Amino acid sequence: MEHIVIIGNGISGVTLARHIRKLSDKKITIVSAETDYFFSRTALMYVYMGHMKFEHTQPYENWFWEKNRIDLKKGYVKTVETKSKTLHFAEGDTLQYDKLVIATGSKPNKFGWPGQDLEGVMGMYHKQDLKNLEKHAPNKDVCKRAVIVGGGLIGIELAEMLNSRSIPVTFLVRESSFWNGVLPEGESAMINRHIKNHHIDLRLSTNLKEIKSDENGKVKSVIIEETGEEILCNVVGLTAGVSPNIDFIKNSEIETGRGVKVNRYLETNIPDVYAIGDCAEQHEAIGNRRPIEAVWYTGRMMGETLAQTICGNRIQYNPGHWFNSAKFMDIEYQTYGWVFSERSKQDYEQHFHWIHSDDTKCITVAFHKDNNEFLGINTFGIRMRHETFDRWLTEKKDVDYVINHLSEANFDPEFYSRFEKDILSAYNNQLQTA
Amino acid sequence: MSLARPDALDITTKQKVALVIGVIGLFILTLALFNTNFPNEGLFLTLSLGLIVIGTIVYSREAYLNKLEGIKNDGQWFKSISSRGVWGWILGVILTAFYIVLYFFAEYLGLGQGANGSNTGLISLFDPLSQLLSGRNASQWFVYGTLYTVAILAFGYKFILKYRHNRYQQIRTVSVMFFQLAFAFLIPEFMYRLNSGIPYYDLKNMWPLSYYNFEQYRIEGFLTTGNIGLAFLIFGILSIFVISPFLTYKYGKRWYCSWVCGCGGLAETVGDPFRHLSSKKQSAWKLERWLIHTVLVFSVIMTVAVVSSYLKAGGFWTGPEGDKKFVEYWLSNETFLVSVGIFLTVLFVTVMVFKRNELGKDAKYGAIGYFVVLAALVILFYTGSTEEIFFIKSYKLKSAYGFYIGSIFSGVIGTGFYPILGSRAWCRFGCPMAAILGFQQRLFSKFRITTNGGQCISCGNCSNSCEMGIDVRHYAQKGENIVRSSCVGCGICSAVCPRGVLKLENDSMKGRINPTEVLLGNDVDLMTLVNEK
Repeated sequence: MEHIVIIGNGISGVTLARHIRKLSDKKITIVSAETDYFFSRTALMYVYMGHMKFEHTQPYENWFWEKNRIDLKKGYVKTVETKSKTLHFAEGDTLQYDKLVIATGSKPNKFGWPGQDLEGVMGMYHKQDLKNLEKHAPNKDVCKRAVIVGGGLIGIELAEMLNSRSIPVTFLVRESSFWNGVLPEGESAMINRHIKNHHIDLRLSTNLKEIKSDENGKVKSVIIEETGEEILCNVVGLTAGVSPNIDFIKNSEIETGRGVKVNRYLETNIPDVYAIGDCAEQHEAIGNRRPIEAVWYTGRMMGETLAQTICGNRIQYNPGHWFNSAKFMDIEYQTYGWVFSERSKQDYEQHFHWIHSDDTKCITVAFHKDNNEFLGINTFGIRMRHETFDRWLTEKKDVDYVINHLSEANFDPEFYSRFEKDILSAYNNQLQTA
Repeated sequence: MSLARPDALDITTKQKVALVIGVIGLFILTLALFNTNFPNEGLFLTLSLGLIVIGTIVYSREAYLNKLEGIKNDGQWFKSISSRGVWGWILGVILTAFYIVLYFFAEYLGLGQGANGSNTGLISLFDPLSQLLSGRNASQWFVYGTLYTVAILAFGYKFILKYRHNRYQQIRTVSVMFFQLAFAFLIPEFMYRLNSGIPYYDLKNMWPLSYYNFEQYRIEGFLTTGNIGLAFLIFGILSIFVISPFLTYKYGKRWYCSWVCGCGGLAETVGDPFRHLSSKKQSAWKLERWLIHTVLVFSVIMTVAVVSSYLKAGGFWTGPEGDKKFVEYWLSNETFLVSVGIFLTVLFVTVMVFKRNELGKDAKYGAIGYFVVLAALVILFYTGSTEEIFFIKSYKLKSAYGFYIGSIFSGVIGTGFYPILGSRAWCRFGCPMAAILGFQQRLFSKFRITTNGGQCISCGNCSNSCEMGIDVRHYAQKGENIVRSSCVGCGICSAVCPRGVLKLENDSMKGRINPTEVLLGNDVDLMTLVNEK
């Protein structure tokens, strides 16, 4: 029986394993050094906030794995020997595979800041980070202030987490506005205000110079690059993005760039070795996508795709229309299709922006300025239907159609106020003045 | 108590004051319980209930109005009271003890302990209010009804503030508050005052939740009080056979369970801080399905048996001059039993013919239930006497149901165990009404919770907050709609979802259940392959 070994028990690896099991009888082993069982990484924040316990972040009960004959091995893979198809573990033992899948996800970026390895400095990615945070920031007496470095999705989640325990937060963002490399200006500005409304000390256009230590090797303060200001704190969260977690194969024959290099079939340069999820890097980006997609959904899709290939039906990774979602404190965000920020906008891309007077809801619709083709939508504080936008994107609807039929895409709970009329009249006004 | 005691969970000074105010209100009740005789009972009752309500209101306003609108579940698994900690257990024991005394030892509450059978203690404290509403002294049920209503109103207000960004939650909560206050509490009391003779009737409480609705004393009460009584009886029958199926078809069982029902009303308001404690294990689901349907079968057999026995015996009618005379019912016992049998058979065959595939393996269990009831009907037909059914004295069967299901299950366990089993243990494991509505919801309803394509991140907030113990995530992460008989449509899963994945909807029956893995985002060919299996 062919033995499929998957390194990494995140969404990519687990989706792959489940689908291989559906399609075949192969022997499957999932290796992880992080946890015994699969959990939802995106839910870690809710454990710290007390909304859930860690066990609730596990989508499958513990009996699931044995019942589906998916072997789980806890261990840290130190090296991969592709010639003999052997994994060597840090614990000293080895494992033979017939096919190997690398699905090791990401690790938080560190940019060589002085003091970045001090006690009390942490990312917010692994389960161990959560434990570390619980140790250094159990409450506002132990942690008088926390500084977060890096204004992305993990940064704002960490801010929300600390806020839930009334720990004062200073949030250092390199950009001139929160996440404005991705979000158009109007949206980004709204989120800036929302962050401040939560009494978070948001510092835009601000870089970290160094992290200072106290006499015990623990964080004492950070120094701001621009002003030289020293901010006293007990915890520093480094959330300046993530990069593929692939150090253990750097010395193997598997080709790597920033991530594990794969073709459209998710195959590496070595036969019978594949990579999926955050750690995979496409030779060439697919459409507007990035070569490395560190997103829950893409990891899942790659898992589904590779299961087909491994079970004898070799197919390409062929993601459909882009979509994503997040939540910024109390404001939900969904995106369908492509809406770029001013920084990375294409020449042909034009935006229609509408914002509600309560400053918690807005949408941005991107369209092609020559032929009015609908390109994508960002929606904040209003839920929209994935299926509807997916269909409209496939059918290449124009922007007029989309704005006029927006109510079909509404996904808010019953009895919620509706804004389609406001949006339509704003759209008509803007077009007339434009 | 949890080791981590995050400071945000400490309450503010104002909240401490509010707690003290509420506790003083409770303390007055406690004093009354220990037979302190208050000089002016009306004043002290007002004071007590007023303080409890004011305390709750001040506490809630401080908790929610100083923060931005949004999900307010911080620390719910840290707080001792809402995470099966010491305080949770203490509260559970107090509630359980209260229910046991209420149901079985009402004399300890002061029922009829005074001179000439007047009340003392806690119950006498409520006499003035009862006199005001219905012109009679309070009973333990009046005390319970009052406290129940006050609790739903006060904690309903709290819940509305907690979900002030969510109009579905607000409207739904106003609805349960209204139905409790008007239908369960005030109207029956007024009815007593206006027209003595009609049995206590909470109009929204339909059989089989009110398992006693078709007992002889009630039927005679309805039939001897003229048109109003008759209207009530007809309404009671229409409720279960016409009104409820129609509304459940259109809106799902939520129209009742989380908008109207009193048990549901308490669970959604007072029980809200405990909703996440329900077990999501698959084993709990298996237990649930056996237990709730067994109770349903039991309640159907019990009701049929009770009705059958008095149909056979006939009844005593009060004539125009107050004379009692013996009459036969126009509906004979045999006709009744045969009709029930035919009704159930038609229902069973219809379901098996049209919904066989949706039921899948469960069809077998449905068949078992059907044949048990049918066998019971046959036995009743041939062996039932006026006194005995199944060779047991008929009143014993009835009181067994009343004791084990009506009191122990729905009251003592259902509510007393809120801090341990979560807020809907009764609704989930025991309520025969929920079983019937759930059956309809699963097979003949437009209601479902729609999953928004591929947006689920498997975080588990939905499952965690499901008071009915449904593993919502199990469906959402597969892009599958949630069509479950137990879902009461409270909408909290949708509210807490951080990615906007869940929406309660009434839409066409077609494509309601989509048991394939429809994860949008991958190209169409792959999805076809995945779905082919």
